[in-house]
Amino acid sequence: MPLEIFVCVKQTPHPEHFSKISLDPATGSIQRAGIPSVMNPLDKNAVEEALRIREKFSGKVTAISMGPPQAKEVLEEAYAMGVDEGVLLCDSTFAGADTLATAYTLAQAIQKLGRFDLILCGNESIDGATGQVGPQLAEFLGIPHITYVTRLEFQGEREALATREIEYGYLKVKFRLPAAVTVLKSINQYRLPTVMDIMQAAGKEVKTWNCEETGGEKTCLGLEGSPTRVAGLVALQTKRKREILKGSEEEIARMAVKRLHEYGVI
Amino acid sequence: MQSKGEVWVWAEQRAGRLMPVSLELLGKAKELAGSLGTRLVGTLVGDQMDSLAQELIDYGMEKVYLIESQRLKLYQSEAYARLLAELVRQHQPEIFLLGATAIGMDLAPRVAAKLNTGLTAHCADLYLEEIAGKKKLIAAVPGWGGSILVKIVCPVANPQMATVRSGVFERPPKSSGNKGEIVKVSTQLRDEDFRAETVEIVETKPTGILLEEAEIVVGGGWGFQSVGGFKLAEELAEVLGGTTAGTRPAVDAGWVREDRMIGSSGKTVAPKLFVSAGASGAMHFTTGFLKSKVIVAIEQNAKAPIFDVADLGIVGDLGKILPLLIEELKKFGPGQSA
Repeated sequence: MPLEIFVCVKQTPHPEHFSKISLDPATGSIQRAGIPSVMNPLDKNAVEEALRIREKFSGKVTAISMGPPQAKEVLEEAYAMGVDEGVLLCDSTFAGADTLATAYTLAQAIQKLGRFDLILCGNESIDGATGQVGPQLAEFLGIPHITYVTRLEFQGEREALATREIEYGYLKVKFRLPAAVTVLKSINQYRLPTVMDIMQAAGKEVKTWNCEETGGEKTCLGLEGSPTRVAGLVALQTKRKREILKGSEEEIARMAVKRLHEYGVI
Repeated sequence: MQSKGEVWVWAEQRAGRLMPVSLELLGKAKELAGSLGTRLVGTLVGDQMDSLAQELIDYGMEKVYLIESQRLKLYQSEAYARLLAELVRQHQPEIFLLGATAIGMDLAPRVAAKLNTGLTAHCADLYLEEIAGKKKLIAAVPGWGGSILVKIVCPVANPQMATVRSGVFERPPKSSGNKGEIVKVSTQLRDEDFRAETVEIVETKPTGILLEEAEIVVGGGWGFQSVGGFKLAEELAEVLGGTTAGTRPAVDAGWVREDRMIGSSGKTVAPKLFVSAGASGAMHFTTGFLKSKVIVAIEQNAKAPIFDVADLGIVGDLGKILPLLIEELKKFGPGQSA
């Protein structure tokens, strides 16, 4: 039976522009208008792993994302890498979702899209960085999950051994499909689409679902479905000297080393 | 009526040892339980853990629930999550804290999803605030646009859950005179608890200078793209007698290994000297080294928030300033006088 593989992808701000991101003081939500976006880097490793598994056995890879209309770009990128279908969950009702509501929404859509054998995600996003959506999605889908995965070895089509990192070491985890796996960078080197891939991908349609099409309880979506809330912002108090060295580059280098001696740290 | 729900901590054991972060959390949790006028309770999952339970009591835990089975000796994701969620449902704690280790970060979200409650990851601080007449847990997490923390609260659902990385809180003092209760929970395992089964643990000895123990750390960011890689960071670390680490973007660029990532989803360090180079200073990064004795920032953009958290700031091009700094340190660096 061909494998049905889903990859969750997220559009995140480009790391080069992290310093330009700010927070809305009232809502605490991220203001990123005008900041270039990329596919979350670890999600590319997840797409790559899905493609390799499809190449080894056979099956279909669906990339799925929840986000604003422009998140369509990451699904186009996934098409260029070689996925078979891209699905965007896009509705103002989804806005303000925390990880629980995000995982719930993704689970609704995946269940509605049909059979699923393997869910792949990046272990965490470069912006939110909670790493919570993968395990929570698995819970909503009623399947086991394995996180921090650096290696997947299939023993036949439906059974695999995962290597998952821990601090100073690893665990070996045996599992059967269906399962959800979140991957780290070292699992593979993801492919870079060629110009031809990108041109061909541009013609492919991203399936876009609103909240009715996605399904699920309205009270479990977006801000309403999120048990956590932003209660405000607080400036971090630091007692640092904040001295900026002035002068020519040579003078600055000399002064810096002098200061390090004065501080007694070298 | 003020709820008397307890404050719980999941204490992680690995190969029969308590993880340091569990004890650090215990100290903070004790404080929270004191302010709420409730008890501090620990949960341990594993096999034959009487001595670990006693150790938790020595560190101030008032009660410890033991979930024991030979099959739970190694971390088993589904079994651990189900058993802990059931225990929580039974006893209804107010707050449930877990260490943000690679295992805690696997367990906590699954437990939170089972309980349909809120979970805040990688907190930089935890404290109580009155919200609608009730003391609620404020979980402060790194924000964007400078040195800003975002206060996250879970106003309705219970328990209020949060994960915290090692190095954020301090380990409380140990005392052998503490009294506490140890309760063994009757544990029934099912086949479906092992749909994904951990069959082996391999612990490796780290090589080189341990990041957490290094006295001098050079942390590099995306800015090294302008000099084609991380070579200058490594040279600087070498001449300082320290070690290198990096931001998430530096890890993604392949310049630093994943286990040397600094920040809220990486490691927290507090060396004698931390040199940040080519990083703008997103809080997700800076929270990982704010407790360093001296912080030096080298960054091209004079307005970057990294300079707000630094003792010494150098505005400049990495390609120009780093070679000069390295040369100067070779002449007048560690072991030499200025």
